[in-house]
Amino acid sequence: MPTGNLTIVQFLIASIIKIALFLFVLLTGVAYTVWLERKVVGHIQNRWGPTRVGPFGLLQPLADGLKFIFKEDLTPPYVHRFLYILAPMLSLITALISISLIPVGDTITIRGITTPIQITDTNISLLIILGVTSIGVYGVALAGWSSNSKYSMLGSLRASAQMVSYEVALGLSLVGVLMLTGSFSLRKIVEAQSGWFWHWNVFGGFQIVAFFIYLCAAYAETNRIPFDLPEAETELVAGYHTEYSSMKFAMFFMAEYANMVTVACLASILFLGGYSGPKFEAFLPPILSSLMPVIWFLARVVFFLFVYIWVRGTLPRFRYDQLMAFSWKFLLPLALANIMLTGLWVALRA
Amino acid sequence: MVHLVLFIIFGVICVAGAVNLLVQRHPIDSALSLVVVMGALAGLYLLLGAEFLAAIQVIVYAGAVMVLFVFTIMLLNAGMEERTRGSKVALMFGAPGLVIGSVLLAWILLQSKPSVRPVGVGSLYGSARTIGHLLFKDFLLPFEITSVLILIAIMGAVVLARRESQ
Amino acid sequence: MTGNLVDIPLEYYLVLSGILFACGVAGFLIKRNLITIFMSIELMLNGVNLSFVAFATYWKALSGQVFVFFVMVVAAAEAAVGLAIIIAVFRTRETLNPDRVNLLKL
Repeated sequence: MPTGNLTIVQFLIASIIKIALFLFVLLTGVAYTVWLERKVVGHIQNRWGPTRVGPFGLLQPLADGLKFIFKEDLTPPYVHRFLYILAPMLSLITALISISLIPVGDTITIRGITTPIQITDTNISLLIILGVTSIGVYGVALAGWSSNSKYSMLGSLRASAQMVSYEVALGLSLVGVLMLTGSFSLRKIVEAQSGWFWHWNVFGGFQIVAFFIYLCAAYAETNRIPFDLPEAETELVAGYHTEYSSMKFAMFFMAEYANMVTVACLASILFLGGYSGPKFEAFLPPILSSLMPVIWFLARVVFFLFVYIWVRGTLPRFRYDQLMAFSWKFLLPLALANIMLTGLWVALRA
Repeated sequence: MVHLVLFIIFGVICVAGAVNLLVQRHPIDSALSLVVVMGALAGLYLLLGAEFLAAIQVIVYAGAVMVLFVFTIMLLNAGMEERTRGSKVALMFGAPGLVIGSVLLAWILLQSKPSVRPVGVGSLYGSARTIGHLLFKDFLLPFEITSVLILIAIMGAVVLARRESQ
Repeated sequence: MTGNLVDIPLEYYLVLSGILFACGVAGFLIKRNLITIFMSIELMLNGVNLSFVAFATYWKALSGQVFVFFVMVVAAAEAAVGLAIIIAVFRTRETLNPDRVNLLKL
């Protein structure tokens, strides 16, 4: 039975509930990642960040959302209309798809129905996520081109070239983890790291170099500092989303932060052990003890988001030729060396 | 039954994308139709059980080769293509001929004995493991040769696209 | 829902592959833009890939899928070099219309 031991109706209902819940949590997480970024960058720069709207500025994302909805949504006259509207949709859709494959926790049993805390799991989950990242390049490329403006065009050309270059390093850095696990399925990758923290791929699997490569490549894929020349405010006005306003700009914004969250989830699954951690089954009732892995997972994701924002507040940005040279001349050979050494170790270990 | 519905959906998307590629006048619209065709083809590969190939189709073909095409169209700022003087005779004989030819071919193909052989879902599996075994054992020589081919293509592309230094 | 993998007759896939290939040939002959002609070639290659994978499933021979893998690699290499050539042609002739690129002298 492909639906496990559930009937089709139970499976459908469970899936719909999971999809709604995951989407809601993801979108709220995206909004509050913006809040976190403004607070943390503010404190790094010795100022407060948003404090006025609600306690500690916690209602600031709500205010921002309302502002975006009420802004005038103007379409400049000379744009290529279909692509102008399609590009932010494409960015946002590809940013949100990856959440359907992320295993957030182990199984949970409610009223006798046991279901994994994950929307779906396939044999090629990791490849699907890589493919969706590749499609996300179109959102950026088409946004700049359809805007019919010099700044947008330059920004989007640079951004697409950067994203395509760093995809190679990204993909290759994951091969070490795949060799250690033997499967593309994210749940199996997490299960191979179960145990204490020395079982994680970063420590016990010696993938610390791959971890470093993955972080650099992921920062470049999501166009974040130190790799954010395509949308640098001081250089290109606003890069590829110069001509966008109101809801379409908000979609690009949300897509960028949703990509950040996806990268944080993937890094914690592939390198830091996913949702593994003590479940405290002796102390807690069954539902709470099956939510403990979710808490461990969220702790790792928040840690990664904090590192993202910390790097943003601290480092200057790369020049474009330095950026491309870094990908092709440094990260790519390093990733290949990592693959060879990991392969050697796997062959010797067996 | 479900397989047939999915096949029809993906097949219609493929054919619609291919016809749209012919009909559109701006190359960027043709390029995006081709991306849609490749996505639908990835769905068809999944229907046929070739899961690794479906993922590779999206990552390599739709996500890298077509990005290269879109890049070039953006870079060269290729405008709308011009209307050429097509011949009326060709249109009068060609279009019905194309339709008749393709219907005839499809009819002949579909007349043959249906080759539906029940195959269990688990027996043929285009998983990465089996393809990897084939690639690195039986097809090792072509694999190495294609890697050299890629190297030559990279060098060729760099040399050809370089601006002539004065 | 344990459907058979091959509920659909092989001929359906072959007809679809033929349609894609025919559209590719038609695009190659009709279009007047070098990049679109090149994209029609890619469409032809995709049609052929589909028939390869269909045969691989129906004859239970995985070497069909490996061949598709090689076709994709070769198509990627060909796209890179072909687009570089198109860029070089555009730089010298200022046009992408193949009807205008008909003299050896610039």
